[in-house]
Amino acid sequence: MNILVCISQVPDTTSKIAFTDGNTKFDTNGVQYIVNPSDEWYALVRALELKEGGGGIVTIITVGNADVDPVIRKALAIGADDAVRINSDAKDSYYVAAQIAEYAKTKSFDLIITGNQTIDFNNAEVGGMIAELIGWDYITPCNKLEVNGNVCKIESEVAGSTRVLEAPTPLVISAAKGMAEARIPNMRGIMAARTKPITVVEPAAVSPQVKINVFELPPAKAGVKMIDPENMDELVKLLHTEAKVI
Amino acid sequence: MSVLVFVEAANGKIKKAGFEGVTYAKNTADQLSNSVTAIVFGNADAAEVSSLGEYGATKVLHAKGDVFNNLDAGAFTSAVAAAVEKENADVIIFPFDNSGKAIAPRLSAKLKAGLVSGALSYPTTSGGFKVKKNVFSGKAIAEVEITTAKKIIAFTPNSVGAHKASGSASVEDFAPSVNASKIKLLEVKKQEGDIPLPEAELVVSAGRGMKGPENWAPVEELAKVLGAATACSRPVADAHWRPHHEHVGQTGIAIRPNLYIAIGISGAIQHLAGVNQSKVIVVINNDAEAPFFKAADYGVLGDAFQIVPKLVEAVKKFKASQN
Repeated sequence: MNILVCISQVPDTTSKIAFTDGNTKFDTNGVQYIVNPSDEWYALVRALELKEGGGGIVTIITVGNADVDPVIRKALAIGADDAVRINSDAKDSYYVAAQIAEYAKTKSFDLIITGNQTIDFNNAEVGGMIAELIGWDYITPCNKLEVNGNVCKIESEVAGSTRVLEAPTPLVISAAKGMAEARIPNMRGIMAARTKPITVVEPAAVSPQVKINVFELPPAKAGVKMIDPENMDELVKLLHTEAKVI
Repeated sequence: MSVLVFVEAANGKIKKAGFEGVTYAKNTADQLSNSVTAIVFGNADAAEVSSLGEYGATKVLHAKGDVFNNLDAGAFTSAVAAAVEKENADVIIFPFDNSGKAIAPRLSAKLKAGLVSGALSYPTTSGGFKVKKNVFSGKAIAEVEITTAKKIIAFTPNSVGAHKASGSASVEDFAPSVNASKIKLLEVKKQEGDIPLPEAELVVSAGRGMKGPENWAPVEELAKVLGAATACSRPVADAHWRPHHEHVGQTGIAIRPNLYIAIGISGAIQHLAGVNQSKVIVVINNDAEAPFFKAADYGVLGDAFQIVPKLVEAVKKFKASQN
């Protein structure tokens, strides 16, 4: 089974979020970058497990300039066989999806897996867009994935229920919690990653559909009001009369 | 021109996000001097479906067809696209829930319509079509401009609320031609708990401070008397003290209830990313240094095993006084 795993570089969870140029650009000063957690922990690791169980090739793809190579190496160290980098800024979700779709059309993948959401722009958009652009089915979120021949059995947890679905490949899925457990790259993987190929592909001509004009920080909290632990009636009263939530 | 809004019904009732979606669409349509058409999927009778008129829809298309039973995003996308064409819609509204996440991106790619996911407030439409949304897991807000002719917004549930307007809607059945689905729905397993977490207005959540799964009774009792859903932190889900679907946080689900009560949760940044959009946060913790207090509106410092039962009694007393 040939699997394409889409990964995205994102600022580390603990990064300070600040902006420059009149709040129009993300301040990258001092920011550490990581592979987006659901791309790495769930999408990539499950793809590797499927390969280990039934053979095949796991290719990772990302849209970014050369400065994302360290994050690609990390994914290779975890065990991906090879990597493709579309040589361009990730302008918006549609732009990214269209680049990946263009590449995927020239190959014969059975599965394309994305993480269910990135922790930077929180869009959850790229997987569905790829599916539409290449005319495949799309299932989100996938919390469990088993593959038997060309049939995928998927558990999808949605509000209040778990749906058990069956769908033939080729398929695009978005990976969420439960699909796999995070793996830490070992020394052999890290050494091997140094010599694995990163294929650089020039981007197709695609127009983005949205643009970010400006960022702002959310209003600061007024500060916590401490309540006497012996006086829960007071808390209930405040929740009713002041906060008006009960 | 019209604004089209995607609405779901289940078990004969319009889902809560459906009324909020129509409210969102009505505001947008008023700005553009357009009317609102709702496309409804799922089982509900005509009276229930036509109640969308009270929130500002003038027309309801009730989509019917077995093809929608398999929950295939492609089939829903084709149907919504057919409704966009029929209604000459130039703005399409979805809730940013599981259905919205499955369908809106496909529709965006199909119609070449720019999409903003996770909108926090109504769009502004003079001088560019702009929508504010959360980025960096709630640590910042971005103003996003959609530059295509057709536009799609997936709004964050519980962000603008559902508001009644005056009006009524005509209802018609809608049976678009949609390709047969290759996806088969084998089974739907109902999760425990009466209130699905993503839709809950009140949430009671607990973490490692509860010391073990056998100690959850007061947490569940508090949720029960409040009419709240239960949630938990990641370590608790990872240790299988609680089911995974209760896990809120960066790698679990993100929620936006009116009230989030965190019991014995320290408030790691990954947890806050999933709950920091809650309107009011109450933190109960025995560690004065717990970072969660900094994100809280109300804090109670002390032993949860003493405090929670007292809170349960206080809520019971309050509920009795309301009747």
